[in-house]
Amino acid sequence: MLLLVLPVASGLGSLLLAALGLWAPLGATNGAATVWQDLFDAPGLWPAVARSLTSGFAATLLALAATLLLLAGAGLRLRRWLGRLVAPLVAVPPLAVAVGLAFLIAPSGWIARLLSPWATGWQRPPDLLLLNDPAGLALILGLAVKETPFLLLVALAGLGEGEVERRLLVARSLGQGPAAAWFKVALPALYPKLRWPLYAVLAYGLGTYEVALVLGPTQPPTLAVLLLTWAQDPSLALWPRAAAGSLLQVLLVALALLVWRQGERRLGRLGRAWAARGGRGRLGWSRAGGGLAWLLLLLGLGALLVLPLWSLAGQWRFPAALPQLWSAELWQRQGPLVASTLGGTALLALATTGLALLLTLLALEHETLSGRPAGRGATLLLYLPLLAPPVALALGWGAALAGARAIGSWPALLWSHLVYVLPYVFIALAGPWRRIDPRHALSARALGLRRGAVFWRVRLPLARAPLLAAAAIGIAVSVALYLPTLVAGGGRFPTLATEAVALSSGGDRRLLAALALLQALLPLLAFLLALSLGRPRRFRRPPQGAIT
Amino acid sequence: MRRFLLAVALAVGLGGGAGANDTSQPTSDWAAMLAAAKGQTVYFNAWGGDERINAYIAWAGAELQERFGVTLIHVKLADTADAVSRVVAERAAGADQAGSIDLIWINGANFAAMRQGALLYGPFVQRLPAAERLDLAGNPALTHDFTVPTDGYEAPWGGALFNVIYDSATVAEPPADLAALLAWATAHPGRFSYPAPPDFIGTTFLKQVLYALAPPGTDLTRPPADAAAFATATAPLWAWLDRLHPQLWRGGQVFPPSGPALRQLLSDGEVDFALSFNPGDADSARRQGLLPNSVRAYLLDQGGLANTHFLAIPYNARAAAGALVAIDFLLSPEAQARKADPQIWGDPPVLDPARLDQLSALLPPPLTTLAGALPPPLPEPHPAWTEQLEAAWLERYAR
Repeated sequence: MLLLVLPVASGLGSLLLAALGLWAPLGATNGAATVWQDLFDAPGLWPAVARSLTSGFAATLLALAATLLLLAGAGLRLRRWLGRLVAPLVAVPPLAVAVGLAFLIAPSGWIARLLSPWATGWQRPPDLLLLNDPAGLALILGLAVKETPFLLLVALAGLGEGEVERRLLVARSLGQGPAAAWFKVALPALYPKLRWPLYAVLAYGLGTYEVALVLGPTQPPTLAVLLLTWAQDPSLALWPRAAAGSLLQVLLVALALLVWRQGERRLGRLGRAWAARGGRGRLGWSRAGGGLAWLLLLLGLGALLVLPLWSLAGQWRFPAALPQLWSAELWQRQGPLVASTLGGTALLALATTGLALLLTLLALEHETLSGRPAGRGATLLLYLPLLAPPVALALGWGAALAGARAIGSWPALLWSHLVYVLPYVFIALAGPWRRIDPRHALSARALGLRRGAVFWRVRLPLARAPLLAAAAIGIAVSVALYLPTLVAGGGRFPTLATEAVALSSGGDRRLLAALALLQALLPLLAFLLALSLGRPRRFRRPPQGAIT
Repeated sequence: MRRFLLAVALAVGLGGGAGANDTSQPTSDWAAMLAAAKGQTVYFNAWGGDERINAYIAWAGAELQERFGVTLIHVKLADTADAVSRVVAERAAGADQAGSIDLIWINGANFAAMRQGALLYGPFVQRLPAAERLDLAGNPALTHDFTVPTDGYEAPWGGALFNVIYDSATVAEPPADLAALLAWATAHPGRFSYPAPPDFIGTTFLKQVLYALAPPGTDLTRPPADAAAFATATAPLWAWLDRLHPQLWRGGQVFPPSGPALRQLLSDGEVDFALSFNPGDADSARRQGLLPNSVRAYLLDQGGLANTHFLAIPYNARAAAGALVAIDFLLSPEAQARKADPQIWGDPPVLDPARLDQLSALLPPPLTTLAGALPPPLPEPHPAWTEQLEAAWLERYAR
């Protein structure tokens, strides 16, 4: 357990250090009171806070609604198919989704180009406020597009196969409509498994900087982006303000989670009353809700599709539906760069994921053997890096690692990735692992297998598919990490993420598309591999040596 | 490690002040420097947003490896401030000899901050054999960075000139000055924008307007005397912006985040103008297919704001000798000429043409105003103006 908590706790320690202003550059602090006064006087602070809150909540609700309504109408077969569809979408890094989506929905974007001028009459892009709108609608949409596949994947894993069908069958035989049956008997079983991932989604929505940078409001931006601007101010005078702002952000996230928890309880109570009343609900509107989910998934796919198009565009002007000139020149030019960064990125992702799997399995096996599931405290600690604002966390690490003279070292880099990869791997694996029927192990033990053998030959093979899925998720998370890589690696370990952001500052969309595509490709491969290797294996005959 | 640190210390200590009037023949100090640099790895932290610049740096790295045995690794930054904050973090943590950055591409506020925090190594410029080819005494642009004296703590590398880019296929008569620009924007609502300050292109646009509209007698080379002086000097600027903003792209509710983002909007046909600090930008973007062939660049009638970008070494660099050798090479006629070539990068050289006739033949024709005039460049105002303009802009338009 300690192994699982240690990296996270140390990350948090440095976060606190930075946020409390205990660490200030050049020793320049004017006391906490002035720092906080300065923060509260900062232009745009409160609108930024409001924008963060609304977009975080709205995006989470939207993604949750889309997930639940889609699943409500989905049978076992559609669910299997969905699992295969959304897994690759989860793998796509947030920056790639945001960039792709921006180009899809902008007034000069792909959708407008496909419809112009024949349907819209536009020869030039209209002056419409579709991206970076002050209300944050584009940001909400972007976050929902990014998070719906993730929630769907978690939900699909949580539903498992079979058990829910039996419950649904009973409910249907009692005269419930399909959607009503789903909400009455499947959701109550599912929600506990969705709870923590939902918290992570909400916290991500409140703390994201990549998606907000591309799609979010600008004057002022969301709090995360504002903090980043302050932290990057070269005059260094805004460091204490950024640290105090980080603390404020932590408080906001905590508050938001409490609000969500309260809402959860109330809705739960209402839902129980509804189910207990026993009416035969039909819920025809859930079909429309399923359409919403499909729209979000389609936008995600479209955002992915547009990336290879742009990377191959020699010239692509409005309103042409496809590039007027195609060119593979960019890929040829970027060949050496790709070769040098792809290897390093893959190695880092594999090393981190391997370590995370090892730690997770140790913790889970310990839990199984001792018969005590991890307490709520441990779960909270594990989730903390996902709940803590990434900008603040990265700033804190910068200080801690510089103090340890470890910036730019491989262990520091590995560690910074582990803090993010470990929770996701744990989440992906813990549910399926805990669901393994203990009778398998019991039978094996009764047949004389030792504990270790039960782990290796019974539980591990049973968890093969979720194990591979967890590995793929781990790789996806590692490949997408930008700020931690930059801070811990000291810029000396170029990965696809750091190169993509550095090159994107030059505004060459073709190049950015190519790098985003590559960044998506690595985890995509991992997911495809996990899917093909993770198919259930059928035993033709009893495995040899099962009985000793 | 300790041995070549010693060698560097010796070389630097002996070199104090001697190099300035030497010939380009390497002095014995410089020979020691070359020896110390051999085998070192120099982490060059430089903005990595332009493929062509990256390719140029890669070329320089290959040359340095071959000629001097110095390995140059380009750490591609999205924002130079990232590197500044890294050095700050290292300083705060007491990593005074184990910095992660050896060489940094820098100017303006980033330099001012590092200089003020004593985070730079130097003074070193006079010790470079290349100092011989720089007109340090006669050209204040090489020794002042946004009016702050560089004191030899950074070496000039290239020049910048604020210019306007437009598509001649869509804009028949581009505005020649700021009054015409406001009139044009009013006649074509939604077709002009500028990057949101504190992006440096956005801030430069503000300074350009300030130069044109500040009341006579305003001295921009000194910090504003007080808040009232700043308010008086900038009142016409804000009035002008208040009139311009409703006519901007997206009604001035949203601004592009950076110069390249604005250029992307021009490429997408969302706006009709882009703003740039590199006189070769339009040319370069055309060649790369980023903008149509019909784009042109020009200077506003008042002239363009000009500044210099520099190379500096953090105080805690591990490979200071290697960094010095790299800088000296980057200031060689060969490297500067290659940099100035519009096919390669198109960045104005800093070497004194009078002392270097081979260079002048290679230079692209200078940018002019629409009328074909060559107005003198506007010097950067004191950084205090920059800072206060940015703060005031945020206060007014980003509340």
